[in-house]
Amino acid sequence: MSLFWQTLICGLLLGGMYALIAIGMTLIMGVMKIINLAHGALVMVGMYVTYICFHYWGIDPYAALFISMPALFFLGCLIQKYSINTLIGKESILPENQVLLTVGIMLVLTETMRLIFGSDYKSVHTSYTGSSFFVGDVSVSIPMAIGFVIAMVFTYALHVFLTKSDIGRSIRATAQDKEAAILMGVNANKITIITFGLGSALAAGGGTLLIPIYYLFPDIGHTFVAKSFIITILGGMGSTMGALFGGLTLGIAESFGATYISMGLKDVVGFVIFIIVLLFLPGGFKSLTKR
Amino acid sequence: MLKKFWFLSIIIIIAIILPFIVQSSYYQHIFILILIWGTLGVAWNLLGGYTGQVSFGHAAFFGLGAYGAGLLAFHLHISPWWGMIVGPVAAVIISIPIGLICFRLRGPYFALAMLAVGEICRLIFTEWVPFTNGAMGILTLTTFSSKLPYYYIGLAVLLLSIYTVYRLMASRAGYYFVSIREDQDTAESLGIPTTKYKMYSLIPSAFFSGLAGAFYMNYMNYIEPSIVFSLPDVSIMIIMVVILGGVATLWGPLIGAIIYVVLSELFRSSLGSAHLLVFGVIVCLVIMYMPNGVMGEANKIKKLFRRKGAHIGSEMT
Repeated sequence: MSLFWQTLICGLLLGGMYALIAIGMTLIMGVMKIINLAHGALVMVGMYVTYICFHYWGIDPYAALFISMPALFFLGCLIQKYSINTLIGKESILPENQVLLTVGIMLVLTETMRLIFGSDYKSVHTSYTGSSFFVGDVSVSIPMAIGFVIAMVFTYALHVFLTKSDIGRSIRATAQDKEAAILMGVNANKITIITFGLGSALAAGGGTLLIPIYYLFPDIGHTFVAKSFIITILGGMGSTMGALFGGLTLGIAESFGATYISMGLKDVVGFVIFIIVLLFLPGGFKSLTKR
Repeated sequence: MLKKFWFLSIIIIIAIILPFIVQSSYYQHIFILILIWGTLGVAWNLLGGYTGQVSFGHAAFFGLGAYGAGLLAFHLHISPWWGMIVGPVAAVIISIPIGLICFRLRGPYFALAMLAVGEICRLIFTEWVPFTNGAMGILTLTTFSSKLPYYYIGLAVLLLSIYTVYRLMASRAGYYFVSIREDQDTAESLGIPTTKYKMYSLIPSAFFSGLAGAFYMNYMNYIEPSIVFSLPDVSIMIIMVVILGGVATLWGPLIGAIIYVVLSELFRSSLGSAHLLVFGVIVCLVIMYMPNGVMGEANKIKKLFRRKGAHIGSEMT
């Protein structure tokens, strides 16, 4: 039974951090109705920013959040303003042009990082990397616990921001009905830029929280883009709370898959859940609460 | 029409005598890579370009084709050339349930479901060690020491795929494909069984992706799951190649393949892995400023010059 609880706790903590990344994606998806396949690459860039902070300046990864998130916010705004927004209203054969552009951006970000840092694995080794504490007979890794708590704080802060602040309300309005929001005086162009920046910042936040646990290499983005779109679909497009529950579900499912099926097949579990949800519950968890 | 015929014949003749003009085996290797990528692009373009079902998981079919050939040699010890039949057939057989499941989804959902399919295939072929030899991959012996036979087989595969797509797109099914891309609901309301025709588009697409995979196995003599089922290096690269060359054009994928392979070879010697960076930047610029790719915009440019001829609409693009 202790194995069961161990697996559950581990999955839950990991899922909380996945959720933070996925919330960034779901925000972008909600407002712009596109799947941001560059999201994983943004996570990766955020992780490298943290790595630089730690490695060259000796800044603790959790303190580096205050550098990596603003940096990625800025990068996200630039990407949205100068590339994705230029496509709006352009005629093309395939309607998914913006999605394909994010793939191109992903390629550019990944390869830029590879050019600068090389393909080798990097890691951030802090004093608390391997340490853990015990709850009953379940051991809880300290970096995972801290990461989970910070992720939850960010999620709550974002929730407050989206519901209480003026910009947050504009973001939600744009996500609900862009045309109507424009008529109500929302500067939709500005909102998309802010949203993409915010999404990127959340991606960087998630990446930074995961860095004491993960190895870092330029291709790591592919793992996260897959995880975050699974979570986004699980939770229902554009739903912050859905993404939170989706993240926790995926974390737990992966953790159980790794323990009870096989370590190598844990990612298959996520994909299978994903396809099943797409087929039988296309609205995600969000559609369950509405009924 | 006659002019087109002569143009085509000249291209084919040039393609046939090309390896005699350029005898360096390095350049012949590049030509063969172009043929493989061209075939893959043409196959993807049928489903993604003409029918509008953007798939992020064509590596699944490519890899199944390659493994179809490789596993024959690995388990039964027969020539992997039989895989040129078995590989594509395997890809088609697997594609049918995938299509029946995934075609219930639309647009970005379909793209993501296919991405998941590709990744599931990669993980299964990595983990199922007794059957697939896992990450150690499959190694076979080279059949020909010269590159010439490979070149002609590759050329035949590419021409066959282009011809098939050409005939399909000139037939009734082709118009159905385009109507599904343009507006699926309208197509359905006009009585087109959309799921059925999406399948008709997927099956040749999977077949030629598998054929390209089987040929890749025979040419490279070594495959492993992380190469042939790769998401960034196969699935996404096919899309980039087609986008660059021109979505929903007959020759666009080949042009994209030429640009991709030549670029990667040009930069490989000087800048190392930076060729992907340069390629990525070019793809971004193409999507932003020439959203229909080189071939797609070429027709527009040609039309500007040929205003007197007024051949608008005579070419299926």
